[in-house]
Formats: sequence, structure tokens, C-alpha cells
Amino acid sequence: MLTKDELIRYNRQIILPDFGVEGQEKLKNASILVIGAGGLGAPNLLYLAAAGIGRIGIVDFDEVSLSNMHRQVLFANDQVGQNKAEVAKERLQALNPEVAFEIFKEPITSQNALELIEPFDLVIDGSDNLPTRYLVNDACVFLDKPLVYGAIFRFEGQVSVFNYVDEAGSRGPNYRDIFPTPPPPDMVPSCSEGGVLGVLPGIIGSMQANEAIKILTGMGTTMSGRLLLFDALDMSSHTMNIKPNLENPVSGKNPSITELIDYEAFCSGISEGVNNEEITVSELKKMMDKQGIHILDVREDYEYEIANIGGQFIPLNQVVDRKAEIPGDKRVVVMCKAGGRSQKAIDLLKKEGFDNLVNLKGGILAWQQEIDPELEVY
Amino acid sequence: MEIEVIAFGIAKDIVKGKQVSIFLQDDTSVGAARKQLSSDFPEFEKLASLRFAVNTEYVDDSYMLQPEDEVVLIPPVSGG
Repeated sequence: MLTKDELIRYNRQIILPDFGVEGQEKLKNASILVIGAGGLGAPNLLYLAAAGIGRIGIVDFDEVSLSNMHRQVLFANDQVGQNKAEVAKERLQALNPEVAFEIFKEPITSQNALELIEPFDLVIDGSDNLPTRYLVNDACVFLDKPLVYGAIFRFEGQVSVFNYVDEAGSRGPNYRDIFPTPPPPDMVPSCSEGGVLGVLPGIIGSMQANEAIKILTGMGTTMSGRLLLFDALDMSSHTMNIKPNLENPVSGKNPSITELIDYEAFCSGISEGVNNEEITVSELKKMMDKQGIHILDVREDYEYEIANIGGQFIPLNQVVDRKAEIPGDKRVVVMCKAGGRSQKAIDLLKKEGFDNLVNLKGGILAWQQEIDPELEVY
Repeated sequence: MEIEVIAFGIAKDIVKGKQVSIFLQDDTSVGAARKQLSSDFPEFEKLASLRFAVNTEYVDDSYMLQPEDEVVLIPPVSGG
């Protein structure tokens, strides 16, 4: 039930078609966790608090700094040096005393993420680094929470809604469906390295708050299944359709990641055997458990039928003709029975321009001996 | 075949502009376009995770490009 004061406070949105008292009550009964009270967090928090979300959690371990002020409009000059979550709560509580705030002055990590996110209905990603983005994504998948994604770079931004289950019960894509593999760290500059136009997080963060309100009230159509790319310099935007990928390691058909991992290591490219031309079966097993990996099996069909480890199947004599089916954008482990034919396949494909192939030492025989003795051998 | 590619994010820095043309010979797959970009702009090698969208749809490397396709490069962005 809304109080008389609330009916007045929220009047201008209650009188909206499709919103009504019912929409306002949905917001009041809802809870949102905002990860990062920075450039994106500021507009999200201001608008979500003003809109009357019942309970808002704020995660930020960082302090307000002078170089934040041109975009993080939540803070005042005399608050430089204070904890962001604490200062944000003070400001937002003054803006709307009806909202309950919970603050978490700690970094979100693989150890605390599930516990932090679990008590909330929806999560806003306003973080500023890739490891946290993968962490928050995976945690939301494991906990079944919708995630409103926003990210910024210089004059550009991206917005989407991940892990959203629609009325028909079908689950939308998530971050790993768009970016399955993190790039080398030096290719993704942060705001402090690449710079950012002050107003840009205002635009992108406001779009995130809009998505959150639509998800919670059921109004309109969310960005689930779509990725918005926005460029403030020429005011152009592109909306891309994205689909859940069956090979997604957290949400695909056969998930290889079922609990939170070490995201710093994942994003820094530290993983066994990655720079070698050849990997062992135990290295492959570790990679499969950790992040999912594409395997190409070049044996004959009768061999594949006897025993396989779920790889893509293209016999050696067809690999060149069917090269378009082989991914060129991520590491591919090539395997056969003992490692000879897979090396031949790699030599052939290298001439076709592939530079992302690794040979599995010892092939499926080694796999049977060291990893899965129950596999039938021939 | 000539393909116009629209770049976002760090990809803009690499191709030095919002749009870039690439020329594809026999193979007109997205995989071939990716390799052509790497050969035209060696820095691209590092962006293995770069995704391509064609006519607003995310596509994989086997997708065959047509001359009129709108091709967009989508690099990951981390800032917040």
C-alpha cells in the first residue's frame, strides 16, 4: 500500500498509461543491487531512488576523488576522500526518505558475490573492469537474477539486459554470449586510461535505470536479446540482436563452469598451455573446466562414434573444404587418435591462414589413459 | 569484393576512423574478413574476442558476406 505522501511524490509517473498505482507498488516491493557507485552508478542510483525502488544496495569500496567529479554527479566537492557507497547513501536518502539503503564498502569478489547479490531482485552493472563484469554476469546466471548491463568508453556506450526470463519462460542471453573470450587487458582501456566524456555515463546510466524500471513494472520491451551501441559524437546508435549460445560455458547446453572462478586470472589470459603449439590432456581438462574451449576432432566418423569428448567433428580430408565452419576468433584444440593427424590438420589449416590452433598431445588415447579410463578405446 | 566495416570502441583507434573498407578475394566469410583486417591492421591480432554483427545480427566466422551488408565490429568495453 502506498501512503498519501507516496501517492503525491510519485504522482507524475502513477498517472502514466500502463504504470498506475500498481506499477508504483511493484517498484516499492522491489530491490536492486547497484555494483559500482561511479559514472554509471550515479545516474542509476539517482533515478532509481527517485523512482521509489523499495530497497537499494550499493557496492563500492572506493573513495570519491577530484577526477571523478566531472561525471559522478552524485558527489559533492567536500566529499573527496570519503567512501562512495556511504556518501551516495547520504545523498540519496535525502532525495527520497522512502527508500531503504544497504551499503557494502568492499570489493565484489568470487568469495562474496553470491552472498551480496542473492537478497536482491535485480542487479545493475556499473563496474569499471572486465573481471568484475564476468564475475557479476556469472553470479547472476547462477542465482537467476536479471542483470542490466552498461559500459562506457570515451564517447561511446553499450547497454543490454542479461539473463532475463520473459513471460513465456525463455531465458535471454548474457555477457558471455556477446564476449565469450576476454581480450588482452591492454586492449580494453578504463576511463582513467582512455578518458570519458562526463555526460556519457549520464546517458548510458539513465538508459540502464530505464531498463530496470521496465523489468520491474513489466512495461514496454526490455533490451534482453539486444545490444545497443551508442556514439555520442555523431548521435548514432546500432542495435544488435544477440542469441543465447549453446556453447556458453555458464548457460549453454553443457556448462563447463558451474561455480565462480578466478576472474582476474581468466581476464589476464593466464591459463595453462595457452601459448604453446601443443597441450597435454590434463592441460585441456583444466581449460575445459575453467572457461570452455573449442575442440576440433579430425578423426573418421566410425572412430568418433566409438569414443569422443564432445568436440566439433570434421574428418582430416575435409578440414580445408569446410574451414569456414572452424572458428578463427578463439583458440581451437585439434585432436585425433594419437596426435598425428591433428598435427597434419593444423599444418593444412595454417596455410589457409589459421593461427589459433593447438594440437592435443597423444590424442584420445592419452585422454582415455589419463582423464577418462571408462572411454572405449580402439 | 569490397566490404564497408563500421568500428566501435578500441577498434576505431586501430582502423583510425569510424569506417574502413576491406577487400576480400574468393573467400567472403566473416572469418576471412577477420583475417584480412589482421593483415591490414596487425594490431587486430590482439582482439581475438572482437565480435562481428551483420545487418544487426550477431554472426560467427562461417557467415558469408554480401556486398551490401552492414558490418559492425563490436569490441568489449569495460568503463563505468
